[in-house]
Amino acid sequence: MKSLDELAKIREKALKKVSTRNSDKKIRIVVGMATCGISAGARPVLNALVEEVNKRELVDVEVTQTGCIGVCRLEPIFEVYQNDEKVTYVNMTAEKAREVVANHIVNGNVVLKYTIGAYEK
Amino acid sequence: MSLVRSHVLICGGTGCTSSGSMSIHEKFEVCIKKFGLEKEVKVVKTGCFGLCEAGPIVVVYPEGAFYSHVKVEDVERITEEHLYKGRIVKELLFKQALEGDVIKSVNEVQFYKKQKRVVLKNCGIINPEVIEEYIAFDGYKALGKVVTEMTQQEVVDEIKKSGLRGRGGGGFPTGLKWQFTHDAIGEEKYVACNADEGDPGAFMDRSVLEGDPHAIIEAMAIAGYAIGASKGFIYIRAEYPIAVDRLEIALKQAKELGVIGDNIFGTDFSFDLEIRLGAGAFVCGEETALIESIEGRRGMPRPRPPFPANKGIFQMPTLLNNVETYANITQIILNGAEWFRTIGTEKSPGTKVFALGGKINNTGLVEIPMGMTLREVIYDIGGGIPDGKAFKAVQTGGPSGGCLTYKHLDEQITYDNLVSLGSMMGSGGMIVLDEDNCMVDVARFFLDFTVDESCGKCTPCREGTKRMLELLNKICEGRGEIEDIARLENLAVNIKDSALCGLGQTAPNPVLSTIKNFRHEYISHIEDKKCEAGVCKALLKVTITDKCIGCTACTKVCPVDCISGNRKEMHVIDQNLCIKCGACIEKCPVNAIILK
Ligand SMILES: Cc1cc2nc3c(=O)[nH]c(=O)nc-3n(C[C@H](O)[C@H](O)[C@H](O)COP(=O)(O)O)c2cc1C
Ligand code: FES
Repeated sequence: MKSLDELAKIREKALKKVSTRNSDKKIRIVVGMATCGISAGARPVLNALVEEVNKRELVDVEVTQTGCIGVCRLEPIFEVYQNDEKVTYVNMTAEKAREVVANHIVNGNVVLKYTIGAYEK
Repeated sequence: MSLVRSHVLICGGTGCTSSGSMSIHEKFEVCIKKFGLEKEVKVVKTGCFGLCEAGPIVVVYPEGAFYSHVKVEDVERITEEHLYKGRIVKELLFKQALEGDVIKSVNEVQFYKKQKRVVLKNCGIINPEVIEEYIAFDGYKALGKVVTEMTQQEVVDEIKKSGLRGRGGGGFPTGLKWQFTHDAIGEEKYVACNADEGDPGAFMDRSVLEGDPHAIIEAMAIAGYAIGASKGFIYIRAEYPIAVDRLEIALKQAKELGVIGDNIFGTDFSFDLEIRLGAGAFVCGEETALIESIEGRRGMPRPRPPFPANKGIFQMPTLLNNVETYANITQIILNGAEWFRTIGTEKSPGTKVFALGGKINNTGLVEIPMGMTLREVIYDIGGGIPDGKAFKAVQTGGPSGGCLTYKHLDEQITYDNLVSLGSMMGSGGMIVLDEDNCMVDVARFFLDFTVDESCGKCTPCREGTKRMLELLNKICEGRGEIEDIARLENLAVNIKDSALCGLGQTAPNPVLSTIKNFRHEYISHIEDKKCEAGVCKALLKVTITDKCIGCTACTKVCPVDCISGNRKEMHVIDQNLCIKCGACIEKCPVNAIILK
């Protein structure tokens, strides 16, 4: 070990690998992963979300799964929880999921066209 | 790019390992492959979670789902339901992690909520065998800061200001000890870590070393810098194979990364560490005996002064601290002495780890801020006494400590308060006793231990403790005389005054404190020949109560044929013949036979 900088670099790299072990993050993305979700293609959506969150080093975002969210015909579905508010995205694909991370999670702009509200209109 | 979205933490502490956590680990690897989740889920082996009694323990993040008593058969279900489909398997959660239908994450469980984790902060969070994980949680930052930004005296001053006191039992101010060793003059100086941990039932130090070995390595290097030593020894008992193993791995990694070795952080400070295995004698935890043992001699104490700070290992100035003491050091350096003082009380700042055991629902390892009351630890964190039994006493300080009663439940846990109540902090054993424990027998248990462990070098300890044990045996066997209490007290005072080391000086404490707080139990053993708790066999009688239905089952199992009575009539036991084997008690279909 030659310097504090060297240590800081190792730390930065290692931190990304352990940030999952923190159960109180600010933003939670919950993907519906019951049989309906999985068969509609929720797995690639989940993977895309995790990958995007990791790539952008969003340490305060948790991606988890849940069972059936209840509107099986609109699967894959995920919900974004932040400050007690919930936004539900429906008919998701990996690409749309990446778009949501970029616009909603990073920039704070809800992607209205994909939300359940927009769909049901 | 990483797809990992979930971490499965499997406890690799001694408790869970012995209840099979390693085969659970293997099974998870297999199941995760089966469901094709290798890229998404990472399995991590950690140190002890503290709730060993509920082991094997598995925690799944990001949810923080806390699974207890996990069996190999459960793994497939957790993988399929939770990891694959995202549904936490409620039936397999720790029961206090489920309130009605609401799932609580590991940090919200009552057992952990009241705790304050400083020493154990990484235990059950990181993989102790991967140095990068330690670094991710600020590892080796304190060492870097110390060697590049602080003078030796500044480090000593920071520890002094923190008010940290030795966690190995004595509670001596750590900063002062560092100052003495810093000021002492010698061609060479040494840093040593006491990981002998010989108190029966104690496993705090073992858990720290198993769960966070780098914290000790880092702290010892900091101590080396502060006092001007370039070499350290960790003295650990060979009976802790997992801890030894993790320490060796950690030390190897630290040397490879260069945080231990020459020119640390590019400065001219160099530090080397060596592990020394002890053979597991209680007396080798005493500092001078430990030093003798490190030097390669038989572990027997030597008279003090000179103190190790002046003449320790190989007659050189030596700084000796306990594992838990060291585990606080990096935190104090990183967060500052003021921060440390915000935890605990004025004279006992910081936290203390206790090994909670005996008659208590949540046995395990707990870390509490000093100043918490005994009641909070026993009832709020420990979950109270099992089976609705009545609390009788709490033993702290192990073989050197004493027993406190219900009168003391609202007393604060601090070094000085426990001593003033007639017990002591000790290294952190806390054994809860209920109505079924006999206090004379408890005193005898601890004295039996010290008689066994006395090294034999000084007469008061070698002979005196044996005489005390004989008196206790006599009382427990119903041959006691009332004068025996005074004899015990007299011997106790003399041994305390004249023994060579702490082992003998404190050995009488369990006897004195039980005489003080439970004199009536001694008296009833001696005068009424009775053991109310039903422990001292010689004082008990097997009797048949009027619940007897005269089924004659007992007469058939009695090996000495001492039960008589006609069918359908109450039976009686001939007390002169009865050998109290208890066979009839087990056989009786209506629980009519009792031992009292
Ligand atoms: C019989 C006996 C056994 C001891 N066992 C231990 C032990 O297992 N671990 C320990 O750290 N200190 C033990 N001590 C206390 C040590 O002598 C010493 O005070 C302590 O290691 C100093 O470290 P500290 O100031 O950090 O507490 C024991 C003392 C006696 C008298
Ligand atoms: S060993 Fe697993 S919780 Fe203690």
